[in-house]
Amino acid sequence: MHVRLLRVSLLILPMLFMLLLGTGLSGASASPSADDTAASDAPPVASDNAETGCQLTKPPDDETLSIYGLICDRRESPRVPVPDVTVLVKDASGNEIGRSVSGPDGSFVIDLPGEPISYLGKTYAVSVDKATLPEDTEPEKTDLKIAINTDTDQPVIFPVGAAGPGAEGKLIQAIQLTITGLVFSVLLAMASLGLSMIFGTTGLTNFAHGELITFGALVAFAVDNLDGEIRVGGANVTIIVGVLAAFLVSGLFGWVNDAGLWRPLRRRGSSLVAMMIVSIGLSIFLRNVYQYFAGAQARNYSQYAAIEPWEFGSLTVTSRDVVVFVVGMGVLILTTSLLRYTRLGKATRAVADNPALSSATGINVERVISIVWIGGAALAGMAGALLGVTQGFDYQIGFKLLLLVFAATVLGGLGTIWGAIVGAFVIGLFTELTTLFIPAEFKYVGALLVLIVVLLIRPQGLLGRAERVG
Amino acid sequence: MPAETSLPTNIEAANEEGLARSKAARAALADVKTEPGAAKPDPILRADGIVRQFGGLRAVDVDHVEVQRGVITALIGPNGAGKTTFFNLLTGFDRPDEGEWWFNDKKLNRVPAYKVARMGMVRTFQLTKVLARLTVLENMRLGATGQRGESLLSAMFQPRWAGQEAANTERAHNLLARFLLDKKVQDFAGSLSGGQRKLLEMARALMTEPELVMLDEPMAGVNPALKQSLLGHVKSLRDEGRTVLFVEHDMDMVRDISDWVIVMAQGRIVAEGPPDSVMADQRVIDAYLGAHHDVALTFEEEEKILAAAEAEIEEEQND
Amino acid sequence: MDFHNLLTLSLQQALGPTAVIYALAAIGLNVHFGYTGLLNFGQAGFMMVAGYGMVFVATEWGLSLWLGTLVGLVLTVILALLLGLPTLRLRADYLAIVTIAAAEIVRQTIGAAKFSDKFGGQDGLTGFIQPFRDANPFSGTKGIPGVVTWSAFDFWVMTVGWLLVALSCVVVWLLMRSPWGRVLKSIREDEDAVRSLGKNVTSYKMQALIIGGLFGALAGFMTALRSASIGPSFFATDVTFFAYTVLLIGGAARVLGPVVGSIIFWFLISALGIFFSQATSGTDPLIPASIMDSTQASLMRFIFLGLGLMLLMIFRPQGIFGDRRELAIDAR
Ligand SMILES: Nc1ncnc2c1ncn2[C@@H]1O[C@H](COP(=O)(O)OP(=O)(O)OP(=O)(O)O)[C@@H](O)[C@H]1O
Ligand SMILES: [Mg+2]
Repeated sequence: MHVRLLRVSLLILPMLFMLLLGTGLSGASASPSADDTAASDAPPVASDNAETGCQLTKPPDDETLSIYGLICDRRESPRVPVPDVTVLVKDASGNEIGRSVSGPDGSFVIDLPGEPISYLGKTYAVSVDKATLPEDTEPEKTDLKIAINTDTDQPVIFPVGAAGPGAEGKLIQAIQLTITGLVFSVLLAMASLGLSMIFGTTGLTNFAHGELITFGALVAFAVDNLDGEIRVGGANVTIIVGVLAAFLVSGLFGWVNDAGLWRPLRRRGSSLVAMMIVSIGLSIFLRNVYQYFAGAQARNYSQYAAIEPWEFGSLTVTSRDVVVFVVGMGVLILTTSLLRYTRLGKATRAVADNPALSSATGINVERVISIVWIGGAALAGMAGALLGVTQGFDYQIGFKLLLLVFAATVLGGLGTIWGAIVGAFVIGLFTELTTLFIPAEFKYVGALLVLIVVLLIRPQGLLGRAERVG
Repeated sequence: MPAETSLPTNIEAANEEGLARSKAARAALADVKTEPGAAKPDPILRADGIVRQFGGLRAVDVDHVEVQRGVITALIGPNGAGKTTFFNLLTGFDRPDEGEWWFNDKKLNRVPAYKVARMGMVRTFQLTKVLARLTVLENMRLGATGQRGESLLSAMFQPRWAGQEAANTERAHNLLARFLLDKKVQDFAGSLSGGQRKLLEMARALMTEPELVMLDEPMAGVNPALKQSLLGHVKSLRDEGRTVLFVEHDMDMVRDISDWVIVMAQGRIVAEGPPDSVMADQRVIDAYLGAHHDVALTFEEEEKILAAAEAEIEEEQND
Repeated sequence: MDFHNLLTLSLQQALGPTAVIYALAAIGLNVHFGYTGLLNFGQAGFMMVAGYGMVFVATEWGLSLWLGTLVGLVLTVILALLLGLPTLRLRADYLAIVTIAAAEIVRQTIGAAKFSDKFGGQDGLTGFIQPFRDANPFSGTKGIPGVVTWSAFDFWVMTVGWLLVALSCVVVWLLMRSPWGRVLKSIREDEDAVRSLGKNVTSYKMQALIIGGLFGALAGFMTALRSASIGPSFFATDVTFFAYTVLLIGGAARVLGPVVGSIIFWFLISALGIFFSQATSGTDPLIPASIMDSTQASLMRFIFLGLGLMLLMIFRPQGIFGDRRELAIDAR
C-alpha cells in the first residue's frame, strides 16, 4: 500500500514541478513585448527590428485583431524597407481572409474582419506574394504560420535577401555551413546520447525525449525571467546560470520521470511497445503543459543580442557559436570519459550490454538506470538550453528536433554510445551541408532519407549489433 | 510441401513401409565409422566447413557432418557448445561466415528460413515460441502447409478454404490428443505451462509433415511420466519414415531413443557414434567436465553434478 | 455551464466527419498494429499521399475525383512498397522511427515551397470539391432536431464516410477470420515461429502494410472531401498519434474497436474542449482568468488526451471494452 502511495505521489510530482516552473514562465507570457516574433515552423531569425532603418510600428489598439509586420531587405545595412509587396492571410482551409500592400516604410497592417474571439486557437498562414517583390530579391520565407492565442495584434517579419547564393564562393559557404553544422551536431549529440543510453539500459524508445530537451530550454528561460540580472564580478552571467540550472533541474526531472513512471512500469513487466505508446502520451501531455505555461510564441533569452560577429574575410563566426560549441564539446568529452573510465560508467555500459548478466554479477541495475535517466535528461536539457541560446526556442523545440535525434541514434545504432555521437555528427553536418545543393527546406528530408538508406544496408545501424534468434 | 518428397500422410498405411525403411537405415549405421564427420550411407543433411563467429568467439566451427536419413540422431554437448547456433545456421535463421550445407542434396546457402521449412526441414526452438494470444487449436492450424485460405485473394471467400480447414482441424485434434493437449484445445497458448508449450511447439511442427524434424531440447521441463510417452512419439516419428535430429541434455533419453549421437564442444564436433560407445568416450567426458579431472565419471554422477550446477544457477536467478 | 449545448456539440463531433476520418485511419492501424504487430507511425503519410493524389488529379488535370481516388490508392500501394522494403526487416522500435520519418519526408516534400505550383506549398490545394457537392442528395440541416444536427454537406460526408467505415469493417472481419488473418496474428505473436513453419513472413507483412495503408488512404480522401481542401498541416505526426489513441480506446485487434474508439475519443475531446472554453468565458468564469485564460483552456483537452493515453496503456491496454482473458496472458 505504501509503495502505491509513493508511486502516485511520484506521478504527481512532475506536475507540481511544472506548475512551479509555470509560475515563473507565465509572468513572462502575460506581458506582451514588442520583441515577439511570430511563432513559425522554422527557427526564428534573430530580431530584425533591433537595428535602425526598418522599424516595426505597432498599429493602433482597436477592437479588431490585426496582423502587422514588416518587409525589410537584409542585404543593406541599415536595412531598407521594401514597399509595394502584397501580403495575404489565409485560414487553415486556404480561404483568403485579408490582404494588404506594404507601404513606403515596408510595413503593412491586415485587419481581420469580425470578433477577435473567433480567431482564437486557430492557425493562419501569412504569405508574401512573390510576384510583387522586386526582381532581384528572394524572400527568406514566403510563408509564416501564426497561431493566434491572445487577442492582441500579431507581428510578423519577412526578411528579404538576395536571390540565389550570389557571388559568394561555394567554398566559403561550405565552411560557413560546416561551422553551423558542427555547433548543431554537438547539441544533437548531447540530446542523442541521453536517448541512446536510456534505450540501451531499459529498452525504452522514448518519444517524450524531445520534451526533456524543451524542458531545459524552459528552465533556462525561467531563470532568465527572474527579476534583475545575476552578476558575478560585474559580468552578467544570467544565461550561464540559466544553462547550468537547465542541466541540474533537467537531471532532477529525468529522475522524476524514471521513478514516477518508468520504474513502476518496468516492475509491472510492461512490454516495450506498451511503454513506447505511454511515452507518446507523455509527449503530448508535456508539450501541451509547456504551451499552457509558456505560450506558443517563439522566444529568445534576453541576454542574447548585441553579439558582434568576428569576420574572417567573408566568413562570420559569432562568439556565441564558439562558446556553445566549446561548452557542448566539453560536456560530451566529459560524459564519454566518465562512461569509459569510472566504475559507474563501466557499470552503465555493462547494463546496456546485457542487463540480466550485469545484475547476476552484482551490479545494481535499477541504480544504474536511475543514474542514466538523470544524466541523459540533464544532457538533453542542457542541449535544449544551448539550442535556445543559438536559435531561440518555443514550446515544441524538442518535439521538432525529436526526429533528428531519433535519426542520429538509429543511424549510429540504438543503444550504443559512440553510435549516438557519430550519428549526431553525420546528421548534423549533413543537414547543413546539403543546403549547398538543395533548397534549405529539404535539409531535414535529406537527413531522414540518409537514415532510411543506412538502415536498408545495415538494419542494426552503423555501430549496432545484430540480435540473437532462438 | 514439394511433391517429390513423397511422405505418407496416412499414418496407419505408411507405418509398414516406413518401419521397414527406418530399420534398414539403422542397420546401415552399423558400418559407419565412429569418428567426427563420418560419412553416412544415406545422408539427408550434409554440412561442410560451417563457421559462425560472434566477435572473438567462434561459436560454431564444424568441419563436416552428415545426418542419416530415417534415424534419430542426438546432438549433445555442454552449455554454450554452439548447438542452438548450429541449428539456427542450418535452418536459415542465422547466416554462417563460411561453409556450405545441403538438405536432400539441395544447397541451402542463402535460402531463407521459411523456404527451408517448406522443403521439409522444420525446427523447434529452445526458448519456446508459442503464439500466446492464439488458441492452441489456432497454433496447430497455422502449422498446416499449402493452405488456400492463406492467400489474400481467397481469404475473403470462406467456401474456398473451409473444406481444407476442416481437414486440418481434424489432423490437429489427432496430434493434440497424442501430445495430451486435447483438453486445452480452446485455451490461449499463452496460458499453457512451460512443459505444455514444448509439447505444443512439437505438435505444431508436426502439422507441417516435415521430413526432417529438428528439436532443440524437446524434453526440458517435461515431467518424467510424460517424457516416457513422448519418447514413444519421437520413436513413432522415425517409424513413420521421418528423420529426427534433436538437442538434449537428458542422457537417459539420449541413450534410450537415439540411433546415433553427435557431440559438440566449443563449436566443434568432437565425437560421433552409437549412444553407448560415445558415452564411454573419454573425449566426451572431457568435453562435458573440462579436461581437469582424471577419474572417469559415470553418467549418473555426471548428471548429478550438472543438476547441482543448474540448481545453483536457478537459485542465483531467483535472488 | 450549458450542458445541453455541451452534449449536443460533442455528439455532433462524435458522429461527425472527423470521427469518420479517425475511424478509417485507425482501422488501417488495426490491421498494422492490432493484428500484425507492425508499429506503423506513418499512417498520416499514407493518408496524405492518397488525399493529395486524389486532389491533384482533379486540380491539375481537371479529371474526375473517381479517377483521383484510383490514383490515390495506387500511390498508397507504391508508398507501402517503398516503405516496406527497407523497414519490414527491422525491429519494432526501428520500424516505428523509420515510418514516422517517412511520413515526415512525405509531408515536408509535398509542403515544400519548391513544389508550391503543383501542391500549393503550405497552403495546399482547393477547388476540387464541386463534383462532390453536386452529388449531395441532402439539403437543409439533417439529424435529430433539438438533439444533434449537421449541415447538409457534413451529413453527406458522414453518409459516405460511415458507409466506407462499415465496408472496411466487413472486409477486416472477413480477412481476419480466415487463415490469412491467422498468419498475421501469428506474426504479431512471434514472427520467427511463423517463419519456422514455412510462411513467408516478409510477404505477409507487406500485404498487411498495403491493406492497412489502403484504409488510411480512405481516411485521406475523407480528409480532403470534408474540408474541401487539403494541406500539409492536416497530416502532422500528431494525426497518427491520435489515431493510435482511437485504436487503443476501442481495443486493438477487434473489428469494431476503431469505430467505437473514434466515437468515444471525439466525444471526449469535444466535451473537454467545450467544458473548458465555457468554464473560462463570460464575465464571471468558473475558472478565474488568472489560472486559465481561453487559450490555455483550449489546451486542456490535449493535456487530458496525453494523460488518458498513458493511463489507458498502463491500466487497460486491451481497450475500454477489452477481453480480460487476453490481458491475463501478457498483453501488457
Ligand atoms: N547472437 C549472439 N551474439 C553473441 N554471442 C552469441 C550469440 N548467439 C550465441 N552466442 C554465443 O555462442 C555460444 C554458443 O551458444 P549456443 O546457444 O549455440 O549454445 P548451446 O550449445 O545451444 O548451449 P545450451 O546447451 O546452453 O543451449 C555461446 O557462448 C553464446 O554466448
Ligand atoms: Mg541451446
